[in-house]
Amino acid sequence: MRAMSLALRHELIGLGGVVERNIYLVKRYIWWDVAFFVWTVANTLTIVFIAEGIPAMGGKVNVEELTTILLVGAVIWAYLGIIFEILTETVAWERWEGTIEYTFMAPLSRPAHLLGMGLFAIGYGVVRAVLLFGAVAVFFSLSLPDANYAAALVLLMIASISFIGVGMMTAVLPLISPEKGTQLGFVAQGLLLVVSGVYYPVSVLPGWMQALSKISPATYALEGCRSAILDGTGLTGLWSDIWPLILIGIVSVPLGLWTFRTGERHAKKHGKLKRSG
Amino acid sequence: MKALEVHNLRKEFVRRDGRRGRRRVTALGGVTFDVERGECVAVLGQNGSGKSTLVRLLSTLLIPDGGSALVFGHDAFREARAVQQLVNRVSVEASFFKKMSAVENLSYAARFYGMRGTETRERIPEILRRVGFPDDRGGDPMESLSRGMQQKVALARALLTAPILLLLDEPTTGLDPRSKQEVQAFIREVRAEHDASVLLCTHDLAEAETLADRIGILDDGELLCLEPADELKARYGAETLEEAFFAASGHAFANGEEEDG
Repeated sequence: MRAMSLALRHELIGLGGVVERNIYLVKRYIWWDVAFFVWTVANTLTIVFIAEGIPAMGGKVNVEELTTILLVGAVIWAYLGIIFEILTETVAWERWEGTIEYTFMAPLSRPAHLLGMGLFAIGYGVVRAVLLFGAVAVFFSLSLPDANYAAALVLLMIASISFIGVGMMTAVLPLISPEKGTQLGFVAQGLLLVVSGVYYPVSVLPGWMQALSKISPATYALEGCRSAILDGTGLTGLWSDIWPLILIGIVSVPLGLWTFRTGERHAKKHGKLKRSG
Repeated sequence: MKALEVHNLRKEFVRRDGRRGRRRVTALGGVTFDVERGECVAVLGQNGSGKSTLVRLLSTLLIPDGGSALVFGHDAFREARAVQQLVNRVSVEASFFKKMSAVENLSYAARFYGMRGTETRERIPEILRRVGFPDDRGGDPMESLSRGMQQKVALARALLTAPILLLLDEPTTGLDPRSKQEVQAFIREVRAEHDASVLLCTHDLAEAETLADRIGILDDGELLCLEPADELKARYGAETLEEAFFAASGHAFANGEEEDG
């Protein structure tokens, strides 16, 4: 029992170390973050202004509703992208800095290592998403008196577990293929973007894409968050989005860990776990 | 119990070859040796001789094709976690997060070994002082430090976790003579004070002779011999290690600065 509690303590300290390291990195590369944030704000604005543009071109839409739909889509997508990016960087960034061998020879379990990355990603992603939502919202006269932000945030936290699981699967790609891995991670991210209904309802997609949308956690996160912010739906009303997210999380996290462990073994077998790949 | 027992350790890699497609290259071809507790063993070899492969295998970063390695009785490949607790390493590249400071780099690395903030707040300045790192540079980004200073921080990182087997892979390559002497003096001190065993892989003949109790010659993935420097020279009727290397391997010792495979 004592040995187990010591082992758990060691893992938790290590997990904290991963979070601590990422906080140091944000602090040291703060201008990168500022520049990337400004770019994301500009990118989000170009998407959300589409809602204002449609009536200007003679189309008929509920501008405020479409603005909110696009804004929620862009913010959730930016959040999802950050989680993927940070988890994919588990290997890619360390290889770039040259620290990969020291991290992977340390006595820290891979689940603690990856969950530490995931925990940091959630914290960083939420702060960034809130700032992004606020920064873009000031450009539009949005009135959201019914919005249930707390329910949206809880739903996003539940969705984050699934995102981390999927992120772990993409994180292994730079380990297997040092040259192409990161790019393949972007391909996976792009596929989720297309099928999850980020800027349109999934009902407009072809049948096979709609089938894929059912296994994407982003689909439920987007539907749920839109419902909470536009209609003020509470957690009970969001259950139809929550239970699929829980189910995907239960499957994706162990699958992500297994995938990463298998990839790590492959890399150790073929000598790819080193700074130059 | 021995610090390290390596038996018939083998590793091959598949390399891409422009015309012929892929080919298998032997990095280690059945290496056997041991290191006693408290002993320093140097493995001499040129670039590409297999030194770094040996260190990476013992660091649990590679899975061998055959053979075994026991670190204080623990199988390095089946009990990787236990071995990781006992081993640390200093390699030719200091390998740090470049924008982070020495203290930040040491702090997070110590967490991976289960050290809490209360422990590292005292230990890090103390250990940096011991390796001769100036107090007022602890907060500077690693990229602003000289190569010699970075290597001192690398030594501090290895020692912070109190390893009982230290793997040194070209630890002084690229350092100026003064930094080299400081690092070597510190390695001697660590052996004397901490009862640490050391496996030193180097292509620096003088360094091997100065620091090691026994010296092995690794050539093309084969360990040709392993004995004290005097016996090695006597065996080959050589006056210097360089001559002994030539007699053992059949070719001259070419010094280089790059990390080998």
